[in-house]
Amino acid sequence: MPLAVVGFISTVGGAATSMVRPISESDLEPLAVGAWILGAGGGGSPYHAYLNIRQLLRSGRGVVLMDPASLADDDLVAVVSNMGAPLVGQERLTDPEIAARPVRMMQLYLGRPFDAVMSLEIGGGNAIQPLLVGAMLDLPVVDADCMGRAFPEAQMTSFAIGGLQMFPLTLADIRDNEVIVARAASWLWMERISRRVCVAVGSVAATCKAPRTGREVKEWGILHTITRAIGIGRAVMAARERHDDPVAALLSHAGGKRLFGGKISDMDRRTTEGFLRGSARITGLDADRGRELVLDFQNEFTIATLDGTPRAMTPEIICVIDAVAGEAIGTEMLRYGQRVTVVVLPCAPVLTSEKGLTLVGPRAFGYPLDFRSVFETGFE
Amino acid sequence: MKRIGIDVGGTNTDAVILERSRVVAAVKVPTTADVSTGVARALRELLASVPDIRDRAGGVEAVVIGTTHFTNAIIERRDLAPVAAIRIGLPASASLPPFCDWPDDLAALARGAVYMLQGGHEYDGRPIAPFDASGMRRVARDICARGLRSVGIASVFSPLTDECERAAAEILQEICPDVNVTLSRDLSRIGLLERENATLLNACLIGLARQTTRAFRAAIETSGISAPLFLTQNDGTVMRAEFAEAFPVFSFASGPTNSMRGAAFLSGLSDAMVVDVGGTTTDIGRLVRGFPAEANTVVLIGGVRTLFRMPDLLSVALGGGSIVDPSTGTFQGRSVGHRITEEALVFGGTSVTATDVAVADGRADIGDRDRVKALEPSLVQACLAAARELFETSVDRMKTDARQMPLVAVGGAAFLVPDRLPGFSDVVTVPNGAVANAIGAAIAQVSGEVDQIFSGCDRKTAIDRATELARARALDAGADAESLFVTDVEDLPLAYLPGDARRVRVRLVGEARPPAVKAQEPPRE
Repeated sequence: MPLAVVGFISTVGGAATSMVRPISESDLEPLAVGAWILGAGGGGSPYHAYLNIRQLLRSGRGVVLMDPASLADDDLVAVVSNMGAPLVGQERLTDPEIAARPVRMMQLYLGRPFDAVMSLEIGGGNAIQPLLVGAMLDLPVVDADCMGRAFPEAQMTSFAIGGLQMFPLTLADIRDNEVIVARAASWLWMERISRRVCVAVGSVAATCKAPRTGREVKEWGILHTITRAIGIGRAVMAARERHDDPVAALLSHAGGKRLFGGKISDMDRRTTEGFLRGSARITGLDADRGRELVLDFQNEFTIATLDGTPRAMTPEIICVIDAVAGEAIGTEMLRYGQRVTVVVLPCAPVLTSEKGLTLVGPRAFGYPLDFRSVFETGFE
Repeated sequence: MKRIGIDVGGTNTDAVILERSRVVAAVKVPTTADVSTGVARALRELLASVPDIRDRAGGVEAVVIGTTHFTNAIIERRDLAPVAAIRIGLPASASLPPFCDWPDDLAALARGAVYMLQGGHEYDGRPIAPFDASGMRRVARDICARGLRSVGIASVFSPLTDECERAAAEILQEICPDVNVTLSRDLSRIGLLERENATLLNACLIGLARQTTRAFRAAIETSGISAPLFLTQNDGTVMRAEFAEAFPVFSFASGPTNSMRGAAFLSGLSDAMVVDVGGTTTDIGRLVRGFPAEANTVVLIGGVRTLFRMPDLLSVALGGGSIVDPSTGTFQGRSVGHRITEEALVFGGTSVTATDVAVADGRADIGDRDRVKALEPSLVQACLAAARELFETSVDRMKTDARQMPLVAVGGAAFLVPDRLPGFSDVVTVPNGAVANAIGAAIAQVSGEVDQIFSGCDRKTAIDRATELARARALDAGADAESLFVTDVEDLPLAYLPGDARRVRVRLVGEARPPAVKAQEPPRE
């Protein structure tokens, strides 16, 4: 039986259910599998972060997951991410010592300790980054992030949608380089400046974004996304174990929609302005025989066009899943001839608000399209 | 052109002589624990069946052996040498040392010592930190002191710049010249942990590889053939024995690849499903343009994560030696394996096997037919129905296309495959299908591959440079320069990196270089 669907709106509270629970080793693989799916093709593979946290737990360190509802309004929350090019991360591996450094820097800079830590993005490796920091610095991890998926740029967050302050930011390198961006004129400037620094230190760096209060997290964070990722991972892994269809398990668990099944017949990729852009052409098989889906991506999948008509679009979560293993396939891993299923998962409602769509809707990625949800009835 | 192809499987060692595209002779003998005794016997029987082969127009040009010996050593955790693992890249990647994602039992055997040193490079070629040469000297002395004989070296971004790995190897050469060294840059993939894993697997197999290839050479020499030895790799191409000795990991999964290539050759089909029914298991794969379709996912070898491209296979526990449960008419999931010639009913044994059932039904004519007369017809039909159902569901899982396509049944127990399967236009059986794997080995070509990041040049220059490197590797592996052609070009621009960085993968394939002069290849040592 799939686990209950975990929505974006808090269903916790009221009853004295545990608001804090220790993360155990059995949570880690499902979290990695689920986070990779929620990455919408981007975010980088969570494998190294997974190895690190497993090693930390085995060495006797602990980390607890905290329901956002139990944050006090004036609690101070660190928002962490590993920033950079996924490919560089395959050679320069994530390291918990480095992940913790920008958080220590921020505490020194602010002159105040953090009460908790949370992820910038639940999609990909950054889902696990706060667990590394939490285990190193003994901070609880808030069950939330500010994307609900992966996005390529720092202004593409629910905190930016909420108009919250975007500075200060701290950044640490594997060497003795530490950088503080004390102020930035806008979210875009913050992205631009921090990206420059990141490239200078080898295109991978640990960061601590603008600190948030407990109240800001409760108001603008995307809540219970770690639980969501673990649930998705569990459903997929259980189906695989039973030799059931993992895609069906994913859809029923996450409330998603199957868009298309087929074989990749053409790939076009290029980098512009630091993004991996391109498109994959998928020729339909079985029920989709005779149809063609074109998937555009800018690090993550942005638009799915079925026989010339845009059918699914950002910020809804478009995922390409290996039809057999149920594993997500990232935009960098797509290859000619792969047999895949394309699915769409619902995104956090804040992303499809008016302000949300200006930052993460199709127009934010350069498409002259108005957002339409794939889940809208009558849009067949 | 005459070639001998040999496939050393878990149960049988198969050998064929191929003259142009004709199978001149084929034999099947039991595999021996040391593998080379079985190879020697196969060669002896093969040559005895064609007495004039040595004199006929130029004799044998090459002996190509496919073996799962090295994969099995990893899977069965035997004959592995403890390895000194050297990682160069500090202060990067410090928290995940070599062997960090290996299964404990395998790591315990292979982990001789772990050293991590400063050095390595960034994606753009800048050093991460200066290479710690004096630290490397201390490491080399420690390796000597511990008596370790195998060393694996991996440096961060070495597929881009191998400077640090070469510098470390030179220091080892100077301080302990008699150790075997594997450099990760020769295994050529971006992805530090996976590349390092392949390097360490290779290092712990080098002793076994040297011993095995020498025994193969001795077996060939004893048989009176003077032809170069090649070993097959997982992509359906071959490498010279000298190269295979240094890189045993490249032979991983070559067995199923050989079967599928052999099936393509024998059937003349380049796009088909292939079912290879052996003594213990059945492997199901797909041929796409004459080569096996590759798996999408990360490949685990004995539980170790690697980036090798492996054929996309489904293995099912059903083979000619599978034991029947007479009370239910189903298969028990166990096989008598190579003891089939003693234990099966048709050979005078007492176990009811899948082969016995097929003989009783008249699908196969093996051993003594009279010995299976007493089998209940209802039991025979129940077993064949169970086999049919297993084949139907398994091939359907591997089918990527609703279109009708042909299916080629090969392997020693191909007679178990039903004559018709839903979704397939044809179930093709071929003469010599029982030795398709040895034929696949005999027809294998030579390849060279590069997978590297290029920056600061345009797309064309990057692909040209990669092609040149891949060509050099193919020549090194024994390819004939004239016959080389490019089979794969893949380039991937990289996100968030300046300087038009792109990752380029190029693969070339060509014929094996014939021996230059008759008297070349003096016996080594």
